[in-house]
Amino acid sequence: MRFVDEFRDAGKARALAARIAALCEPGRSYRFMEVCGGHTHTIYKHGIEDFLPESIRLVHGPGCPVCVIPMGRVDDAITIARQPDVIMTSFGDMMRVPGGQGSFFDAKAAGADIRMVYSPLDALKIARAEPGKRVVFMAIGFETTAPSTAMTVLRAAEEGVDNFAVFCNHVMIIPAIKAILDSPDLRLDGFLGPGHVSAVIGCRPYEFIARDHGKPLVCAGFEPLDILSSVHMLLRQLAEGRTQVENQYARVVPWEGNPKALRVIGEVMEPRPYFEWRGLGFISHSALRMKEAYARFDAERIFELPGVRVADPKACQCGEVLKGVLRPWECKVFGTACTPETPIGTCMVSSEGACAAYYAFGRFSRERVREASRT
Amino acid sequence: MCLGIPGELVAFDDDPPDLATVDVSGVRRRVNIGLLEGEDLRPGDWVLVHVGFALSKISESEAQALLEFLEDMGQAYDDEIAAFRESNP
Repeated sequence: MRFVDEFRDAGKARALAARIAALCEPGRSYRFMEVCGGHTHTIYKHGIEDFLPESIRLVHGPGCPVCVIPMGRVDDAITIARQPDVIMTSFGDMMRVPGGQGSFFDAKAAGADIRMVYSPLDALKIARAEPGKRVVFMAIGFETTAPSTAMTVLRAAEEGVDNFAVFCNHVMIIPAIKAILDSPDLRLDGFLGPGHVSAVIGCRPYEFIARDHGKPLVCAGFEPLDILSSVHMLLRQLAEGRTQVENQYARVVPWEGNPKALRVIGEVMEPRPYFEWRGLGFISHSALRMKEAYARFDAERIFELPGVRVADPKACQCGEVLKGVLRPWECKVFGTACTPETPIGTCMVSSEGACAAYYAFGRFSRERVREASRT
Repeated sequence: MCLGIPGELVAFDDDPPDLATVDVSGVRRRVNIGLLEGEDLRPGDWVLVHVGFALSKISESEAQALLEFLEDMGQAYDDEIAAFRESNP
């Protein structure tokens, strides 16, 4: 506890809030996007918006790896899982993600061998133990998990575990931010950069945002004071007429990232020409696939996949939530038809999703406010 | 998954290579440290573990702050630790 106090001190938070308010230009409104779902969590859990002036609005971004997987890819994975002698493996978060024909849980209940793993290394271990089966790892995630998948493929190659394969769905954060910047329905004044993704890619890849789009970005930590400090840094840049990439989270994020992690991703994977993101549509060069040299570990080359594009359910507005156009409680099915127990959309599935975070924490404070205003 | 969990390095294994034992909230498991090439790592150091791989070396105070943040996530963190406990590469 003694360590944490320095990031949560209420007195410090109030002092920062006063400095933030002092930097806001009268009559101007500010919209800052927090790209990472972890930040969304802190913002709701600690009621960060209560510390900010009304002219500042925090907008949630697409940084939830489970949320952005389109339904068609889930269906493709289930097609693989249903093949004879296949063991499909993936992270627990993936199990409830709805596809066009149900989720992994549904497919498992119907007889497919689908197993939850903590790490791709666990999937490799299953492959070693079951040489008669094809063990496929459904790889998802941003640059935080891609190096782990790449390292596991390299190990499989070294050991000759040829019954191991990867169904690669890794996505990259920079093209997603680019797509949001190019989207006409959203005006943003700056970004809170993701914490742990930046520990891998570093700060340099964000420089185009400041240089070409004239918007500041601050890589932020996950504690309440980190978020407030980062908002303060964004406002200070705007007040001084600067737009730069700054690093509030140097405790974890080196400016150059993790060079070895980037090297192994580049060794095993390459950008796809395009990839569909739930809610954001097709974004060019936004995801990774296995390189030709590792074709024998590539589930997309081993299996024939339907590759059918499945439209999201009409009622679901995850797309608008992922782009920051809608806030979770503005979605028509939020908290009624769509809950963490029976999610319609992905934003309600993952703990990093904006809807799940708001359902867990935010709604209570809003309800309390509403109640207080009634009495 | 996208958020790393902090673990304290307990011991290094030479066989198989690149593995080390870490302690995460009292749970000890082996993780791969191959992505921290060139870092000076010693028992007692803290690392950020993503899906079985250490991706960054961090300070003890940062580790405590992150643990607190993760514990705040409630069920999601419990599930992550449960999965970590089951994992044994």
